[in-house]
Amino acid sequence: MQSLTHVTGVAIPMIEDDLNTDQMAPLQLAKGLKPDYADLLFKRRRQNPDGSLIADYVLNQPQFTAPSILVAGSNFGCGSSRESAVWCLYAVGIRCVIARSIADIFRENCLQNGVLPIELDDAAMDGLQQRVLAADGAAHFSVDLEAQTIDGPGGEAIGFDVRASDKLRLIEGLDEIGLTMKHASEIRAWEAQTLADTPWLQQARDKRA
Amino acid sequence: MQGAKTLFDKIWSQHLVGRRVDGRELIYIDRHVLHDLHAPHAFEKLAKAGRAVSRPDLTFSMQDHSVSVLPGRTDDTYAEGAAFVRAMREGSKRNNVRVFDLGDPEQGISHVVAPELGMVLPGATHAVPDSHACTVGGLGALAFGCGTTELEHILATQVIALSRPKRLRVNLEGKLKPYVAAKDVALHIIAHLGVSGGAGYAIEYAGPVVRAMSIESRLTLCNLTIEMGSRSGLVAPDDTTFQWLAGRPWAPEGAQWDAALTHWRTLPSDEGAFYDHEVTIDCTQLDPQITWGTEPSQVTGVGGRAPELHDVEPTRRAATQKALAYMGLSPGAPLEGLAVDRVFIGSCTNSRLPDLEIAAAIARGRKVAPGLVAMVVPGSSTVKRQAEARGLDKIFTDAGFMWGESGCSMCASTNGDTAAPQERVLSTTNRNFENRQGRGVRTHLVGPALAAAAAIAGKIVDVRKLTGEA
Ligand code: SF4
Repeated sequence: MQSLTHVTGVAIPMIEDDLNTDQMAPLQLAKGLKPDYADLLFKRRRQNPDGSLIADYVLNQPQFTAPSILVAGSNFGCGSSRESAVWCLYAVGIRCVIARSIADIFRENCLQNGVLPIELDDAAMDGLQQRVLAADGAAHFSVDLEAQTIDGPGGEAIGFDVRASDKLRLIEGLDEIGLTMKHASEIRAWEAQTLADTPWLQQARDKRA
Repeated sequence: MQGAKTLFDKIWSQHLVGRRVDGRELIYIDRHVLHDLHAPHAFEKLAKAGRAVSRPDLTFSMQDHSVSVLPGRTDDTYAEGAAFVRAMREGSKRNNVRVFDLGDPEQGISHVVAPELGMVLPGATHAVPDSHACTVGGLGALAFGCGTTELEHILATQVIALSRPKRLRVNLEGKLKPYVAAKDVALHIIAHLGVSGGAGYAIEYAGPVVRAMSIESRLTLCNLTIEMGSRSGLVAPDDTTFQWLAGRPWAPEGAQWDAALTHWRTLPSDEGAFYDHEVTIDCTQLDPQITWGTEPSQVTGVGGRAPELHDVEPTRRAATQKALAYMGLSPGAPLEGLAVDRVFIGSCTNSRLPDLEIAAAIARGRKVAPGLVAMVVPGSSTVKRQAEARGLDKIFTDAGFMWGESGCSMCASTNGDTAAPQERVLSTTNRNFENRQGRGVRTHLVGPALAAAAAIAGKIVDVRKLTGEA
């Protein structure tokens, strides 16, 4: 995975609570195993059934067609576990999502794809939302993961919290499987012990077979 | 009490393999079940990286999301799904993973099949690349819905790397009225806690309502855990669990069964164990529930009304207004009496034999309202067979319901089964999100009793009125 230390670019406001992954990646509209994820992103909101664009939808406004940072409401990414929701965001260039709260599985999926998920408290979020709305895509915001700050027009830098483990993983661009594989001998030892203690957990068998 | 542990703590600590340098804990996955919508991508990435499946003997593939449910189906009956079904089959074969394929007598929705076969067991860990993995918590298993990269990670290593969730206990007090069931309880809990109220927690459901529930009901209850933002929900196993599991084809037997039973009896939470948060909900007055909005928390009793905007918190007003507009409802509108276009009975929430029995009891000797499309999709091919042996298919088809093969069907509509724009659908599924069942489709989540009653009446109706019990 690519390392991520800074994100700078247009911040797109999607100030709405409970934006779920069905909305982000409406898989019913995806054609085949490898759909065009950029086209799929919020497709039902962006396009009429005939494929024409819904001009006033935020992602269709000229200043927001290539956003880097997405600013949402609360419980962003709830619903289905589909990782394609993150792939869709990534495909249009979004590398950071900022919300009052972010759903668990979605947050994990972000981390797996080099997208920084940030949760802010109400006061900080209110301020940021207003600044992003006021900027209206005309000026860039930047997120510094090392320093844990969000900066941009209309005010001071805003600090944010991030789990040390998530920060390390994004900055180093750590290969998840490689990281876990360092524990291969512990995994084998666990399996051997479990086979001895609670063998039914290590054996999944159809007894009729 | 010092050293007292919750059910969750016990399963977590037994499965804790190690801690990574980044602080994540590695939890061993005892049963990993894949499905056709997401597994093909993971198989492909795995092959590209030159990695093998670590434990093909603990990994299973289920064809459920993109399969047609029409009788006599083949890979191509739903043309768009064929690529998924085939990639799933090929990826599984390449990696020596058993596939529950089309035509397999035990094919079905993973969250229905894994418990009914006894593949998932109390105290076991379980992962599925589907957020409703939490369903099997009804047996006292700890389950995690996961994404595609996590799925690939589990395939390669057999562990999942997690930050430990907090513990929330939901105590369900009282006794349920007739025609009130697990789905209604679950929707009521979501209304109480909110759609993100469970975020960051593993939820244990406890109390007399849960103890009185059948395993199928507990599976339904746990199924909706993710709708509160929580990845895992579980119920401590008890004699009901053990009786239900005994003799299932994949459950341990003989001396192993005895040893397992001894172990399972140690799993329930200890007296005085610590929970980060606890809520108690009395269910005695609960009526059959129905959602009015576009989130599962937007729910009321069947005799209830859509909210008046002035009754809604100011911060939620715009979202409420939007939901009502989408649903074609005015503020304060009663739900009973609304005309219904379509009824769907199925999904990993409500498609097990007892769910179908409830619906069939209402459909028996009655007819689906003219012009209404009603569909019953059993959760597994096993459920389908059992239902047919009891003649339920006949009851449904005589009444005018369509009787399908097993699969996810209209739950996520990734198999092409959708309703038409603006149609009002009563659905026993788990998500009433905008467009989930097709563009502009107005989904009301209900249990099987209200769904069947609506199919007969042609409108939303309190099932107790239909059956003359209210
Ligand atoms: S029935 Fe619905 S929720 Fe359940 S596994 Fe299928 S798509 Fe997912």
